[in-house]
Amino acid sequence: MDDIVTEDLSKSYPSGWPGRPPFVALDGLSLTVRRGEIFGFLGPNGAGKTTTLKILLGLVRATSGRALLLGEPAGDVATRRRIGFLPESPYFYDYLTAEEFLGFYGQLAGLSRAVTTQRVDELLQLVGLGEARTRQLRKFSKGMLQRIGLAQALIHDPELVILDEPMTGLDPVGRKQVRDLILSLRDRGKTVFFSTHILHDVEMICDRVGIVMKGRLVANGRVDELVRQDHIQSVEIVCQHIKTEGNTLIHSLATRVLQQGQQCLIVLPSPDAVDTLVGEIRRQGGRLLSVTPHKASLEDLFFHEAAQAASRVPAHVISGRAS
Amino acid sequence: MGAIGVIAVNAFRESLRDKILYNLVLFAGLLIGLSVLLADLSITEHHKVIADMGLAAINLIGVIIAMFVGISLVNKEIERRTIYTIMARPISRSFFILGKYFGLALTLLVNMSVMLAVFLLTLWLYHVPIEPSLFQAVQLMFVEILVVTAIALFFSTFTSSTLSAIFTLGLYVIGHLTADLRAMVANSEGGIGKAVVDLLYYLCPNLEMLNIKGQAAVGVAAAPEYMILASLYGVLYAGVLLTGACLVFQRRDF
Repeated sequence: MDDIVTEDLSKSYPSGWPGRPPFVALDGLSLTVRRGEIFGFLGPNGAGKTTTLKILLGLVRATSGRALLLGEPAGDVATRRRIGFLPESPYFYDYLTAEEFLGFYGQLAGLSRAVTTQRVDELLQLVGLGEARTRQLRKFSKGMLQRIGLAQALIHDPELVILDEPMTGLDPVGRKQVRDLILSLRDRGKTVFFSTHILHDVEMICDRVGIVMKGRLVANGRVDELVRQDHIQSVEIVCQHIKTEGNTLIHSLATRVLQQGQQCLIVLPSPDAVDTLVGEIRRQGGRLLSVTPHKASLEDLFFHEAAQAASRVPAHVISGRAS
Repeated sequence: MGAIGVIAVNAFRESLRDKILYNLVLFAGLLIGLSVLLADLSITEHHKVIADMGLAAINLIGVIIAMFVGISLVNKEIERRTIYTIMARPISRSFFILGKYFGLALTLLVNMSVMLAVFLLTLWLYHVPIEPSLFQAVQLMFVEILVVTAIALFFSTFTSSTLSAIFTLGLYVIGHLTADLRAMVANSEGGIGKAVVDLLYYLCPNLEMLNIKGQAAVGVAAAPEYMILASLYGVLYAGVLLTGACLVFQRRDF
């Protein structure tokens, strides 16, 4: 069962000038998010992440294509009872206290007064704001606002939680709390779809990821499938007491050579040349200090895709890996 | 409480915590107080001056609040992005518009009640007879303010705050002039001028219909039929504008 399905979703905005082409924010985006998984939606600023989320929530209408949430068309009012949403850099009614704020959203979600009161208590404890329940939001720090925003997204115990940059503005402790919260949601059978550009968080908690660049989905799948972590991308060798200047063998093998005093860092593009280089170091009477293989990471994939998008290579979906 | 009620109560709570509204109501109190000073300066008709000034102060402050808070009702939600979390809830966009409108209407009702109380207190202190016509005038003022709020809300669903303010103010002024303009061109032989005035007369709200301050200040009551008709007209006009606002808002991207 898929909780989110988008098919060939596009959104363009008119330029406002005759003859000028429209600005394309989303260009044929198709993806699926399965029930009970944590899906990370990655992309640089302006890639189309927030536009996608807005379409899913009915805040913006797609120019073409279709989107389904929990089996219903995006924007369906009744379905929103089963969805929780935290926008990016949330600005809330700052004249409300934390408990008034959550109570307001609880009532909007159709909860009874008794259930709302109970959920407000639970969520204030869950996000660590029990002490600040009677404080107005205008006196909250950015991190506290992010946490109260998460609480409002969860007040009605939704099946699907959509979070736009939930880690933004949080310190490392706050980020860990949010990560743990997202993981606990999955443990309770909830589906979490969140956009971010913090790759570390994605690698740590996501079941699957999608990468969007310039409005197009360029990669989609499990993190380990996408980055092929068994594949060594480069090898760093640190050694001492060798001369690299003018050494054509070393320079022909290495992609980078950094000499600092007696110590030298040599980066090889693959493990194939390690034996040859180690042989050269021994031949010169040098000392080998370390050999560190570097595996591919999500960050490498992200930068690779960003470079592709920047060079305006026709957008593609990575063969064999995307839906 | 339904979604409209929840949003209305929140809009009311927002205005209660906004210091500007307190200041405006205080200013109305000062204006009413000033009417006493002006009445002392006039040779005759002391009572009329106090009643006239008091009603005008209530009207002025009511219209200012309706216009400027009405304009920001929706725009502020969009600019501050608070609309995102509201629209992600199971409520329709029309309910949001109606909730905001009724919240402001409630605020205006409370504000006008406070101003009316200060006005009546002033009249009582200066032994000015409290005629039923004064209450009639305030009733129609409230209807006028409901129309002005609906105009402001309507424009704010598709234009910026500045343009909404200009359009609302323009329509308010025209609304008080259309009847006079129509009377002026009534005997002309037709032509584009007459057609434009006729169009304006039927399209724009006839706010002068809701203005009985002059006769109320001298104690002349309006006929009950007129009160019902004028109130119905205002409420219907506001209803049409709110329907338009809901329709426009349905199609808006955030």
